[in-house]
Amino acid sequence: MQAVGEYIGNIKRSATSILDGMAVTFSYLFRPPITTQYPDRTPKPMTDLIPDRYRGFLWVDLDICISCLLCERACPIDCIKIEDAKIDKILVPSALDGKPTPKIKDPTRFDINLYKCMYCALCVEPCPTGAIHFTKEFEGTTTDLSDLHLRLVSPERKAAVLVASEEAAKKEAAKKAAKAAAAPAAAEAPAPEGEAGGEGATEA
Amino acid sequence: MKALLDGLIQKWGVQSDLLVLLIYGAGMLLFATVVLLLFVAPLAGFTSYFERRIAARMQSRVGPNRVGPQGVLQWIADGLKCLLKEDLIPREADAKLFKIAPYLVFLGMFGTFVVLPFSQWLVIADLNVGVFYLLAVTAFVAVGIILAGWSSNNKWALLGGMRSAAQIVSYEIPSGMALLAVVTTAGTLSTQGIIADQGWLPWQWNVFRTPFLFTAFFVYFTAALAEINRTPFDLPEGESELVAGYNTEYSGMRFALFFLAEWADCYVISAIATLAFWGGWQVPGFVPEPVRPFAQVLVFLGKSFFGVFLTIWIRWTLPRIRVDQMMELCWKYLVPIGFVNLLGTAAWVAFVPRTHPLGQAVGYALFALAVAIGVYFLIRVRYNLRATNAEVSLNPFV
Repeated sequence: MQAVGEYIGNIKRSATSILDGMAVTFSYLFRPPITTQYPDRTPKPMTDLIPDRYRGFLWVDLDICISCLLCERACPIDCIKIEDAKIDKILVPSALDGKPTPKIKDPTRFDINLYKCMYCALCVEPCPTGAIHFTKEFEGTTTDLSDLHLRLVSPERKAAVLVASEEAAKKEAAKKAAKAAAAPAAAEAPAPEGEAGGEGATEA
Repeated sequence: MKALLDGLIQKWGVQSDLLVLLIYGAGMLLFATVVLLLFVAPLAGFTSYFERRIAARMQSRVGPNRVGPQGVLQWIADGLKCLLKEDLIPREADAKLFKIAPYLVFLGMFGTFVVLPFSQWLVIADLNVGVFYLLAVTAFVAVGIILAGWSSNNKWALLGGMRSAAQIVSYEIPSGMALLAVVTTAGTLSTQGIIADQGWLPWQWNVFRTPFLFTAFFVYFTAALAEINRTPFDLPEGESELVAGYNTEYSGMRFALFFLAEWADCYVISAIATLAFWGGWQVPGFVPEPVRPFAQVLVFLGKSFFGVFLTIWIRWTLPRIRVDQMMELCWKYLVPIGFVNLLGTAAWVAFVPRTHPLGQAVGYALFALAVAIGVYFLIRVRYNLRATNAEVSLNPFV
């Protein structure tokens, strides 16, 4: 008798559970799809749909980059290359907390190999001013791989930085010279000149 | 069709028996190839599109909507793609059997269209052994699938083929039992005869006529799903276990033929359910004579496509069952219930006359039961929609 009850119970359970399951799937016919029809039928521009912490292409805000080379050293696959020149000390606001940060160097070359980059964020984390950051751009399709080799410092900017750097060096040298003239000891005089000359060689 | 050819033979005054046979043969072949192939291929294609769109909506996706308006031409693009693909035959495969297998599967599906009616007048051949022919010709599918599995010389394909054989052979019995109950009630094996025996009102359909036929419908539909290897009985091609089952080694158009047969089979089992249980092409008597053929075709196709929707809906609701569960369902549930149905129907036919008020009352009661189940179902759908606070969108074209 128990077996009969179990048999009929099985039939009843499968019938009701199938009916309930079909009600669930049927209800989905009356709900809008949640997927996005990328790329041409998105409800909003793609950058508005992407979450804020998305790891897209790297980008650097050169105005606040203090050229500390922490990102270059952190990169496990060496896809960042930085060269810089000394400039007059200025204060730049950090993108992270707005605190003024002293800046004494400006990059004359900032290259990121996006086709090598693995989006690990190891360069973003140590950046003291938040200059290097991820964007929401991710569409890197191109017919030429070198399009993905970002050269962030334009030649014009590089020239301007070098001019600024030379002026800073001159000012420094003048200061040092004035200091040396003021001081009675003559032996210290050649030191600043040598420093300035050395810097000029690296910039060239 | 035969009447038309008879008319031609009369008109041309053909005397010789051989010529008459030739005209019959040529006429039937023309009808079969032109009309049916032009019906079956788009039918399977459209069913594939229909299934993909419904599956997508059930999974909160959009589905194919790029080829043609709302993607309705997607199946043509898929077919063309399959045609242009390389037709690979594995080196170790049995090339002859490998080549012939998809055609056998296709034949098993295509052969059923001989007796599937579309209206009172539109049927290729109203065989007096129609239902028997249906059951026999669908067995070709099993042969084709075993051949495909065996000749591929691939263990996954062979396992898939063997599972399919076990499944089709097992489930032929309950589906045969269920159809036999219908045949007992109608007193004929002819498909047109079975439809003519029913009325256009729902309580005059076979499914609501006796309690035994009501259960027979569910037995038939379950068994038929298993026979055409649809989920939840898609063990022969269980992707997670057998790569793709019996069609693992196939590519190009041969692969497409398997899928054409699978989707057309969805229509075939729904059409059999329509003719045996849902009143076939029966239209109300007040439909005027000139539009009646069209109305009948529309009613038949409408009911059949509801069946196709049902198979798709079940597929995207239920998970695949295990092999032992599949066999248990067949031999411990469907076969005994099928036998009881058959005995009960026989007793009903013997003891309750056609026009007896009891028969009428049972018809009304069963129809009321079905309506009650439908209402309960709609309440559940409403509950599910409210449970998630989802936005309701009635637009099917997103």
